[in-house]
Amino acid sequence: MSPLLFWIFALLTLIFGAAVIINRNPVASALSLVVSFLGLAALFMSLNAYFIGVIQVLVYAGAVMVLFLFIIMLLDLRAEEGRRVNWLTSAAGLAVALILLGQILSVVGHFKIAHRTFPPLPGSTIDDVRNIGAALFGNYNLPFQIVGVLVLVATIGVVLLSKREPR
Amino acid sequence: MITLGDYLIVSGILFTIGFAGVMLRRNLIIILMSLELMLNAANLSLVAFSRFRVGPTGLPDYNAQVFVFFIITVAAAEVAVGLAILVALYRARQTTDVNDISSLKF
Repeated sequence: MSPLLFWIFALLTLIFGAAVIINRNPVASALSLVVSFLGLAALFMSLNAYFIGVIQVLVYAGAVMVLFLFIIMLLDLRAEEGRRVNWLTSAAGLAVALILLGQILSVVGHFKIAHRTFPPLPGSTIDDVRNIGAALFGNYNLPFQIVGVLVLVATIGVVLLSKREPR
Repeated sequence: MITLGDYLIVSGILFTIGFAGVMLRRNLIIILMSLELMLNAANLSLVAFSRFRVGPTGLPDYNAQVFVFFIITVAAAEVAVGLAILVALYRARQTTDVNDISSLKF
């Protein structure tokens, strides 16, 4: 992938990621998050992880964001916009986040391996889905089934939580 | 050329954006979205390392991508449960602002 495309998609991801927390309107935040996830899916595909990129689009940009939008529309959250902001606590939170960013950048800067480029792949095409499937159903069969149980538990939990109490 | 460090920096900035969202915003829905951003930042660095570590067969390291698959699955379950808790809370208190929900028991 050319460097120009990498920076375009990286900037797309970061700018719309920042728009998620800057927007006051929850609907605008959710739509910015969709664009951010699409940029991230493009970055995954630039790393030859096509399967991960596709499920990023299907699961995150598709299912999860529809769930978010559905809840936002259901609750009708427009009344919360005009709240007063406490500037002191906001500045403190921002300072903690900037310290974290400085730490991450300094660690990446001192990480010698990080200055190398990616090694080339031999073939022009790789059989991505087959390789992930072989790993998932071979080496990681037990974790896969445990995750299945987890999703079942989450489904039952959601049904129980959203059921109305009998009066 | 694009190095591994470029992907790690993008991932770090994205994680910081999500972290700042959790620290700064008081709306529970936005906090959940920021959590998603942080999980995706971790996914990006995992996939970058997977592509960087080409094995003797000439393929990327697929262990990291299986890990990303699990993270996406668990994150989807987490969002569903989190939003269900939010709806139950909204029914009880008519608010999604964390400043209004400061007591442990009501």
